[in-house]
Amino acid sequence: MNLLPKTAEYVERLLPRYPQKRSAMLMVLHAIQEEQGYISREAMEWTAQKLEVTPIQVYEVVTFYPMFRQAPIGRRHVKVCRTLSCALRGAYRVCDSLQENLACGLGQTSEDGNFTVEFVECVAACGSAPVVMVDDKIHENITPEKAPDFAAKLKTETTAAMPPSRH
Amino acid sequence: MPSERRIIYRHIDEPGYTTDLACYQRSGGYEVLRKSVLRKPEELVQEVKDAGLKGRGGAGFPCGMKWGFLDRKSGKPVYLICNADESEPGSYKDRQIIYKDPHQLIEGVVCSAFAIQAKLAFIYIRGEMFEGFRILERAIEEARVANFVGNNILGSGYSVDIIVHRGAGCYICGEETGLIESLEGKRGYPRIKPPYFPAVLGLYNCPTIVNNVETLCQVKHVLDMGGKEFAKIGVPADSGTHIWGLSGHVMRPGYYEIEAGKATVRDLLYDFAGGPPPGRSFKALIPGGSSMKILRFGEKFKVKLPDGSAGEWGVLDIPLDGASFMQCGTAMGTGGMIVMDDSADMVEALSNLNSFYAHESCGQCTPCREGSLWLKRITTRVCNGGGRLEDIDLVKNVADQIAGRTICAHGEAVAWPCQSNVPKFRDEWEAKIRAQMQAREHADENAPAVRKGMRLV
Repeated sequence: MNLLPKTAEYVERLLPRYPQKRSAMLMVLHAIQEEQGYISREAMEWTAQKLEVTPIQVYEVVTFYPMFRQAPIGRRHVKVCRTLSCALRGAYRVCDSLQENLACGLGQTSEDGNFTVEFVECVAACGSAPVVMVDDKIHENITPEKAPDFAAKLKTETTAAMPPSRH
Repeated sequence: MPSERRIIYRHIDEPGYTTDLACYQRSGGYEVLRKSVLRKPEELVQEVKDAGLKGRGGAGFPCGMKWGFLDRKSGKPVYLICNADESEPGSYKDRQIIYKDPHQLIEGVVCSAFAIQAKLAFIYIRGEMFEGFRILERAIEEARVANFVGNNILGSGYSVDIIVHRGAGCYICGEETGLIESLEGKRGYPRIKPPYFPAVLGLYNCPTIVNNVETLCQVKHVLDMGGKEFAKIGVPADSGTHIWGLSGHVMRPGYYEIEAGKATVRDLLYDFAGGPPPGRSFKALIPGGSSMKILRFGEKFKVKLPDGSAGEWGVLDIPLDGASFMQCGTAMGTGGMIVMDDSADMVEALSNLNSFYAHESCGQCTPCREGSLWLKRITTRVCNGGGRLEDIDLVKNVADQIAGRTICAHGEAVAWPCQSNVPKFRDEWEAKIRAQMQAREHADENAPAVRKGMRLV
């Protein structure tokens, strides 16, 4: 398993902090996903060995928590909150607009590999609904009216930066 | 007009206020900890009991009593877990503390850890709060350097470390025993009580206290002013302040910290939140997080007034405290209030929540796993134009068979919105379904347009 030294060192520092190694499970999986974009079968086996559990015990965690994924996604992960407070302020229309402007179906990745658009459940920012998360950043008050400009900006910055593809 | 009384949110959004330790200390930060470590832990627990502080995570359980349940005889280490998994739809109060005043939380955690003599403390933060995680990690490092966290805190001989642990997108991990399982590196399956009361058999089967972010911050203020003084804030049945986080159809959604019971829903919705959008009127509100029972404007509640006499309240008359909402057949929960005006379709609103709860059921208990999915399917079908009149009672019937039949309160969270929405808005359900039936009957002719989907706007 080829992890960057940075990630491997982080895991080594993390484990002794917990009274039981297995407790570090979610944190280790987050670190791997952050580096590799998703959690591969190999990564689950590596994690199992590190935490002294069986691979199935890692697999059952990966499949339980919505944030973990077992396949790569687009360069930018666009998550539109669909729960009540956001929906009342137009979240479904925001999502339509983002899909159209980013040329990306719901739950899919755009052909150029730049975007994955998904609905997610409440992200705890209901007072500034509708809310859209892009990667690890939250964007508030993205109304249906603002959505096309928001998408355009996202496109520009994504093409400008072009980080290594996870696709 | 009542005004805010900011205790927890005193510095939130204050110009120039930052998340730095230096800034926190300039406004008296860590002085309560300095005072508290010189006292006996039992005294601190007593202060929290005297304060009548109720948990702010939604259930409103008395904090001091919870601490009192700790199993001291087993000799096992005690753990403190701060529940920062804020995931109840409508709630976003803890986010403000974490992102804008992290040291207040850390001081609350260390004071509480000292009071219960915890060996180690955790902050279990929502996975989606990436930045909040980094802010807390940085703040804890600062606090460690200044000896507010770590070994021999301020020379007291007491040591505690705080581990910030990220969740990964599961609502159920906000349930305290689900959270504990998750923190043990497993699926977040809630545990059955008895025997798994966290205060006896919690993390690693050791005595554990799980408290909400805001609760731990409140503890800091309890210790600052003393339990008896704190108890004077608010009303006898509910002390301190509440943070109301408004969302949905109001002109000024946002958070307002108000002394418990010292203002009404009317004050909150009109004076603080600016009323409904122009040309609209209020139709419904969910008091505190989506799981609580919905209230319909126009409803009347027979209540007992503070002087003991019988009275009647409309929705707008309800005082903003836990006990008053209980009198109206619902609960204030986390205070994350979702407001709907007359443009909202109540069937779609319920369907939206049913999708949420079906997605978040952990799948352990059959009534919740199967029931939440069926509720989602039924209400989605009604939204998509396939409604039948018998669906109305069916939704209620399925919900009735979930509540009280599951390991954790997710069963109630699934059931309560259905059990309250259906009888209170039965007229809307019937009208919607009758229109659909008519449309289906005249499918070939010029059928009346029927609204489809659950987009809400």
